[in-house]
Amino acid sequence: MDNGTGIGARVKRKEDHRFLTGKGNYTDDINLPKQTYAYFVRSPHAHATINKIGTSKARNMPGVVGIFTGEDVAATKLGGLICGWMIHSKDGSPMKAGPHPILALGKVRYVGDHVAVVIAETREQAKAAAAAVEVDYGVLPHVVDVADAMGHKAQIHDVAPDNRVYNWSIGDEAATDAAFKRAKHITKIDLVNNRLIPNAMEPRAAIGCYDTGAEHYTLYTTSQNPHVARLVISAFHGLAPEHKLRVIAPDVGGGFGSKIFIYAEEVVCVWASRFVGGRPVKWTAERTESFLADAHGRDHVTHAEMATDADGKIIGFKVHTKAAMGAYLSTFSSCVPTYLYATLLSGQYNIPNIYAEVDALYTNTAPVDAYRGAGRPEATYVVERIVETAARELKMDPAEFRRKNFVTQFPHQTPVIMCYDAGDYAATLDKALEIADVKGFAARKAASAAKGNYRGLGYSAYIEACGIAPSAAVGSLGAGVGLWESAEVRVNPVGTVEILTGSHSHGQGHETTFAQLVSDRLGIDINNVSIVHGDTDKVQFGMGTYGSRSGAVGMTAISKALDKIEAKAKRIAAAVMESSPDDVEFKNGTFTVKGTDKKMAFGEVALSAYVAHKFNSAQVEPGLKESAFHDPSNFVFPAGVHIAEVEIDGDTGVTTVVNYTAVDDFGNVINPMIVEGQVHGGITQGIGQALAEGAVYDKESGQLLTGSYMDYQMPRAADVPSYKLGFTCTPCPSNPLGMKGCGEAGAIASPAAVMNAVTDALGVVDVPMPATPHVVWKYMQHLKKAAE
Amino acid sequence: MENFNYYRPASVDDAVKAAKAKPDAKYMSGGMTLIPTMKQGLASPSDIIDLGALKNSGIAVGATVVIKAGTTHAEVASSADVKKAIPALAALAGGIGDPHVRHKGTIGGSVANNDPAADYPSACLGLGATIHTNARKIKAEDFFTGMFSTALEDGEVITAIEFPIPKKAGYAKFPNPASRYAMVGVFAADTAEGPRVAVTGAGAGVFRASALESALGKGFAAGSLTGAAVPAKGLNSDLHASAEYRAHLITVMAKRAVDAAK
Ligand SMILES: Cc1cc2nc3c(=O)[nH]c(=O)nc-3n(C[C@H](O)[C@H](O)[C@H](O)COP(=O)(O)OP(=O)(O)OC[C@H]3O[C@@H](n4cnc5c(N)ncnc54)[C@H](O)[C@@H]3O)c2cc1C
Repeated sequence: MDNGTGIGARVKRKEDHRFLTGKGNYTDDINLPKQTYAYFVRSPHAHATINKIGTSKARNMPGVVGIFTGEDVAATKLGGLICGWMIHSKDGSPMKAGPHPILALGKVRYVGDHVAVVIAETREQAKAAAAAVEVDYGVLPHVVDVADAMGHKAQIHDVAPDNRVYNWSIGDEAATDAAFKRAKHITKIDLVNNRLIPNAMEPRAAIGCYDTGAEHYTLYTTSQNPHVARLVISAFHGLAPEHKLRVIAPDVGGGFGSKIFIYAEEVVCVWASRFVGGRPVKWTAERTESFLADAHGRDHVTHAEMATDADGKIIGFKVHTKAAMGAYLSTFSSCVPTYLYATLLSGQYNIPNIYAEVDALYTNTAPVDAYRGAGRPEATYVVERIVETAARELKMDPAEFRRKNFVTQFPHQTPVIMCYDAGDYAATLDKALEIADVKGFAARKAASAAKGNYRGLGYSAYIEACGIAPSAAVGSLGAGVGLWESAEVRVNPVGTVEILTGSHSHGQGHETTFAQLVSDRLGIDINNVSIVHGDTDKVQFGMGTYGSRSGAVGMTAISKALDKIEAKAKRIAAAVMESSPDDVEFKNGTFTVKGTDKKMAFGEVALSAYVAHKFNSAQVEPGLKESAFHDPSNFVFPAGVHIAEVEIDGDTGVTTVVNYTAVDDFGNVINPMIVEGQVHGGITQGIGQALAEGAVYDKESGQLLTGSYMDYQMPRAADVPSYKLGFTCTPCPSNPLGMKGCGEAGAIASPAAVMNAVTDALGVVDVPMPATPHVVWKYMQHLKKAAE
Repeated sequence: MENFNYYRPASVDDAVKAAKAKPDAKYMSGGMTLIPTMKQGLASPSDIIDLGALKNSGIAVGATVVIKAGTTHAEVASSADVKKAIPALAALAGGIGDPHVRHKGTIGGSVANNDPAADYPSACLGLGATIHTNARKIKAEDFFTGMFSTALEDGEVITAIEFPIPKKAGYAKFPNPASRYAMVGVFAADTAEGPRVAVTGAGAGVFRASALESALGKGFAAGSLTGAAVPAKGLNSDLHASAEYRAHLITVMAKRAVDAAK
């Protein structure tokens, strides 16, 4: 319905007024009667045995209510943190998951590891007493770099003597080797995908409370998926069965993946409440704790080789990656460098032979898990950097080399599991070339050179798989959960609508886009729709938000429930208007009976459904409420071409992204403004990875050197240009709305585009990320010498 | 942050008296450095003496530019008088931190703190400023004594900074990519007694670059600096920049400062 708020309308975000005026309701805004405060004692060492924890001094500090260690947790038989995706090595052995207790037992494995918790009347008292807890550590050798981890003398988990969690492979090795033998040219590259710290605006927080009367737990927490949290805390930690545990994730201020996972601190708060007499236990991470103990992202070291034939066609691709897992396997860590990564190594290209091997390795660092894009930025980085390099080596135009190798027939089965359903890669490339004015680049480069600066152009023709995910498919690959989504539509007697969704909004704008779908379908005012999410007592079950799944999967579930609402409403309307349901039509919010002038507005039907005076309730049940579960039949495959243009200051090495073009195919779009916002944010994060962000642990001490904003550089508004966006559209065939996903695309595409531009400007194969001024300065010395 | 006692005296004398009476008191001006260090547990003074009630802000331009200690960076940056007399000083103040910091942080606090990456110390040294305190007047050369250390005695309070007006001066800052403090900041001035070049961010504390000053003796122009350099030895080397890179940037920033000089 075209009421200005339906599908395709640029509706301003309904939630923003509350957020921008400081009226959001975040976990830290919530305060409960008799609340106490938790503060964690954290490891100052990268790797050490815990010989003794002395708590007697701390216990006598003012305000202390309780102090707990790993031994106290173990005494209650609470289970440890789990990794929910089983990966098998190529020799068939299961991954080597070491224990991950919520408070360390016997050993600490990274700086920031959770050793003990102090609970007190105030946050300050808890913090002061935590400083008085005396831990006797026996320092062990450590390893922080994934490149060094294999077989290092620092042995992090007993189950993995060589620190290797798994050695996994995908693709046909023999066929790929044979293709390399036939090759006319082989391109080789070594790449590092730098470790990132997520930096959600809202730090993690939790309030755990135990109702001693009802023997029931409640956990308020900063989660992207509260039902998954409840399931894990119930079924794996064994805290309480699901009907005795409620998890509430109220407003959440950004996650980027880092709030998917079940973390120790949150579980400790809800567990400990019972042992402080049922008083609520609250914890809010300090920013330093966010740096140290949120799951980090990326951290890959990769060697890749690409084989091409005499005609410039790619005939083979081989990849070996070492992926850091950090000190423990976080909730979904194992699937990130495997099924979310290597299944996309075909890129947008028709590559008949691909073989990839991944060694996942423990390091004495914060755990690594999904971070905006999760595996797909790493895959795109490898594919797009080597494709660009191959084109340069073959002296082919990088755009035309890509075009020559594009997949053009759909569906397209790649050699690495994925089956691409729809796309028009040449169309996005053409549009991007035009918007970026690639024709004018040579003149701009000459102008830069005249000023003593270096200008470069870089492409990234990314593809990603999101709309996560078909349950049977992920189950066959080792996932411990299904990845469907649920929705419930409650129509109130007055005709307003509540949508209960298992998706979770933490910046995505669901309150707006989901309401647009309802407004469109039911022809009602968008303000008469509210979106309810984030509470396991309200929403029956759901899998949460990540992997750009809320549109393609979450909204499809809503759409299916709306189908049922429409069908039921038609039956009610038919009964009231004394006609056959088959003759009732519904359009623009009005029910009409074919061939008559009878009609009822949606609100009238809603009221009739509940009053139930005007139809035979033995034939039609009263009420208007329906639910649906949607399990997708395939991933969705957003794809696009991004083009970055950079200028490097010839005196200082400062790199400026002067132009950035993104042409994306997201299928059908619900709210273009929100989609553009997602693209802007994603590109900015990717530019951050390329030029600014990089978590650094000191090799010698194992300390996190980039532990605050004094040393960890986030991208700022002034660091990025005004982006030039374009869209193409091939509707997704696997969901009724024809939607793909847009939440991660920007972060997936942009690092490769920027680094292809930087290396183009400097005429080198690789510059490591982040390409800070200092790094670039080092890599431009050959040009300076040549000029002298 | 630890608890502390809080005072807000109305006169410099009362402030000094209060400070001297306590073993571990700290003055607070804008609080933009002091409060973050207290929050991180790097400082836990027993007593805070807030200088906010002293009414010690203001700018007077005559033969010299006198800026009272409590004047915020934003006031200096937007002052028409400073822009006219020493435009480089206004520009420097306008490039400190962000708008919040510039509206709270003060010149006295910045100079007293002598952060090796702060901007103002380079202007003080580059222009040959005089630091006025409750007790005496100290030449910039004698005031900055090393990393975070100054010639201030216990309880001594800065009341104003007095800058001679140069023929022309410029400031060029290469910000640390993360913190935006100076990774290398160069203040270059053409003064009555000849060229002066002060460097911040690159060493353990602000220092004068004599090699660059003598190069500029050939003429106060960027071209004079070609081939001139500060040796890398002794400069800071960290995550963000090696000593060699800093040494390189000093010459680049010095050229830019001279080019920008007005
Ligand atoms: C986010 C951020 C970014 C920043 N970026 C920059 C930057 O780019 N460049 C830069 O130069 N600075 C930067 N700063 C520091 C800023 O300029 C501070 O304001 C300044 O260093 C201290 O001034 P203040 O008035 O806030 O002093 P305070 O924090 O109140 O005090 C600092 C110290 O000086 C002492 N003190 C204060 N006033 C006097 C006085 N009159 N006499 C004697 N001692 C005194 C105090 O006891 C304390 O030890 C930044 C700060 C922040 C928070």
